Amino acid sequence: MDALILARLQFAANISFHILFPTVTIALGWVLLFFKLRFNATGDQKWMDAYFQWVKVFALTFALGVVSGITMSFQFGTNWPGFMKTVGNIAGPLLAYEVLTAFFMEATFIAVMLFGFRRVPNWLHTTATFLVAFGTTVSAFWIIALNSWMHTPVGFEMRDGVAHATDWLAIIFNPSMPYRLVHMLLASGLTAAFLVAGVSAWRWLKGDRAPAVLAALRTGVYAAAALIPLQILAGDMHGLNTLEHQPAKIAAMEGHWETGGHVPLLLFALPDEKARTNHFELGIPSGASLILRHDPAGVIQGLNDFDGKHPPVAPVFFSFRVMVGTGMAMLAVSWAGVWMLRRRGQPPIWLARALVGMSFSGWVATLAGWYVTEIGRQPWLVTGVLRAADAAGAVPASSIGLSLALYLALYAGLLVAYITVIFKLAGKAVKAGKQAALNGPALPQAAG
Amino acid sequence: MTDLIMANAAHWLPIAFAALMGIAILAYVILDGYDLGVGILMADADDAERDRMIASIGPFWDANETWLVLAVGLLLVAFPLAHGMILGALYLPVLALLLGLIMRGVSFEFRAKTDGLHRVWWNRAFVAGSLLAALSQGYMLGVYILGLQTGWAAMAFGLLTGVCLTAAYGFIGAAWLVLKTDGALQAKAAARCRSLLWLAALGMVAISVVTPLVSDRIAAKWFDLPQFFLLAPIPLVAVGLFVAVWLALRHLPAADDRWCWVPFAGAIGIFTLGFHGLAYSFYPFVVPEKLTVWDAAAAPESLMVIFIGACVVLPVILGYTVFAYRVFRGKAGELRYD
Ligand code: HDD
Ligand code: HEM
Ligand code: HEM
Repeated sequence: MDALILARLQFAANISFHILFPTVTIALGWVLLFFKLRFNATGDQKWMDAYFQWVKVFALTFALGVVSGITMSFQFGTNWPGFMKTVGNIAGPLLAYEVLTAFFMEATFIAVMLFGFRRVPNWLHTTATFLVAFGTTVSAFWIIALNSWMHTPVGFEMRDGVAHATDWLAIIFNPSMPYRLVHMLLASGLTAAFLVAGVSAWRWLKGDRAPAVLAALRTGVYAAAALIPLQILAGDMHGLNTLEHQPAKIAAMEGHWETGGHVPLLLFALPDEKARTNHFELGIPSGASLILRHDPAGVIQGLNDFDGKHPPVAPVFFSFRVMVGTGMAMLAVSWAGVWMLRRRGQPPIWLARALVGMSFSGWVATLAGWYVTEIGRQPWLVTGVLRAADAAGAVPASSIGLSLALYLALYAGLLVAYITVIFKLAGKAVKAGKQAALNGPALPQAAG
Repeated sequence: MTDLIMANAAHWLPIAFAALMGIAILAYVILDGYDLGVGILMADADDAERDRMIASIGPFWDANETWLVLAVGLLLVAFPLAHGMILGALYLPVLALLLGLIMRGVSFEFRAKTDGLHRVWWNRAFVAGSLLAALSQGYMLGVYILGLQTGWAAMAFGLLTGVCLTAAYGFIGAAWLVLKTDGALQAKAAARCRSLLWLAALGMVAISVVTPLVSDRIAAKWFDLPQFFLLAPIPLVAVGLFVAVWLALRHLPAADDRWCWVPFAGAIGIFTLGFHGLAYSFYPFVVPEKLTVWDAAAAPESLMVIFIGACVVLPVILGYTVFAYRVFRGKAGELRYD
């Protein structure tokens, strides 16, 4: 394999691994703040129990996010020197502001949040929790601004083949940025909500009836039920925005070859780029036209209009269906959950099982979403400005191959360890809870 | 006025960014230096000692490592050409560094959340990761000093600087433990600190001797008159600090814990002086003998945007860093969430 493909694979592997953890922490920080505020308001110990249980997961996730993030900041120069050479004047300040305004704040206050409960006054501990949650969100803001700019670049001029900024506000709030940021933040909310609900449901199934478990489970299910319709709406608007700026990506997402009206909404198909058609199509007549143009006869540009300059169809097409499919499953489970919790006050077994199964559904949808958007941008790295092939570096393929193999092995191991430890922590809490039930009044939980 | 500043910006902004980057690297080497050092020293400690050693760095390591992100970030955004050149040439040692940092960062959390055999292995991964990170940083320093040369001589020198920087991290880590612990662990740390002091000193001598030998330009910068006399205080003060720390360590731990801060303060001084020596040697080059700060710099308008932000934000960062060190001041006890 040549160095370009390896460098791309490595970048994709690294960022895919990295994004898993921020996706959890961005929203989990706010969930923790919610637990803390509920405790401050009600004085009910169950909220503090939930806080201490989930702050451990937060700490672990945060650490994985940090170390994989450090890897990312080295990758930019080693794998994509052409990227910084061409658009460094724009990417640079955005990345620098992320470090300056977000990373230090998170990294410092997380110490107070994790270990400071007995060292600082309660209001300061609550403030530290807020600052960490706020910091992760600010991180997301800057990096999404940069990523969106790469999709819809504005506010700059090219001089001697190098981009120079002319309007920073336009660069930051570029046309696709608001959509992408909202969609990403909601994705994070859903990921954390299903994780919290799933792990709590697992404890429930193990017979743990501590009040903190039901409180966390309810929080997760209600949050998910509230966020998923918003996410579907935001996704739809994001798609309309993409139709305007990157029509080739939409055509690939829809598996739509020939420009025309009455485009069906394909539920399934096997796109065939050689024959430039689909096999085994199954779709809703005029559905895509209706969604994208609000008119059954609405005309949508097909892939054949882009004379070869469109992204690979199959990965975009399938990733999109994985994301939307997961979103529909989330809708079904979370609404059923709210219904059951309202009627019975506790989850029936089948619901608890479904929630356990959905624990990491947020990851699936998020990764699928990123693959849609990133692969859908090909062959461009920065739309209309820089092609991925022109940005690759000169590091020998053998070195990249070695590093890729090592990263993959390490990441696989860490992912297994992460998931195992999350459930182990829950298991420990179940045991401690049962012990406490035998001994009478609840003992404060020791940190693990 | 603003016109004048902007007109000269292409000249002074790259210098300002070199200075900022220098500050970030120095802060990183001191701060992550001590926590990597503590990680290395954990190789030879029992379980109770390990828990306390970890507790002494627990609240700080994440923020410490962020200085590396800032340093690399500044290199990337202010000197994009140099970033690609340096990190491309050092691809494999950078890989080792990253693998080391990943391993120790995650072991830190995993070891706290597991027990039995798993915990033993996460402890090992923590030590190995710290060691790998320190060695690879030292190796990169050596190769960088030689102007990113390849070949056996450069590798050998890189290995030497790797070992010496590792010793220096061990030294500052032990000095940190003298400050943050008490009892038997503190006495043990003082003893380690004393022996590692020698290795660290040897490393600094080796670097000081080799650097002028490999570069006539650097030799001229140091040994021409009158610079020679103006610069003489740097090595002289460094020697003085080494002697002072060594003397202090003979009497540590002392009754009622007086002077427990001396080794760490001395180590900060030594690191700072050594770093200044290197910075003086290389300036104005970011890639030794190849790219000056001006050749490598990004466009002045973009640098200006970052510079203004940095001037506003860095004092704030400094403020809450001091706050965090105050919250977690005193001897390290048990680390608990609740
Ligand atoms: C929990 C996660 C999650 C869920 C349930 C959904 N998405 Fe999504 N989607 C993302 C997580 C995500 C993401 C990871 O956040 C992406 C990748 C880049 C981005 O901005 O958001 C994304 C990208 C993305 C894009 C590509 C944007 C582009 O062109 O760059 C579209 C059109 C949609 N989404 C639409 C939807 C629709 C119609 C959904 C209805 C169910 C949906 N998403 C559910
Ligand atoms: C976080 C989730 C993300 C995922 C899962 C993801 C995934 C991917 C994938 C799969 C590719 C390879 C596309 C291809 O070559 O066919 C890619 C490329 C790339 N992405 Fe992303 N990406 C993410 C976010 C980002 C962000 C936030 C940025 C910028 C700040 C970014 C910048 C890039 C760059 C520079 C490339 C390399 C050029 C290319 O091959 O297109 N990505 N990403
Ligand atoms: C190419 C793109 C990226 C780079 C270079 C990058 C770099 C980094 C670095 C260096 C850190 C560690 C900070 C520390 O030391 O505290 C980090 C953490 C983080 N990153 Fe990324 N990152 C990228 C993509 C993303 C994306 C796509 C998101 C989210 C949308 C994101 C959100 C975060 C957050 C919230 C953290 C805080 C740690 C955590 O929550 O786990 N980053 N990133």
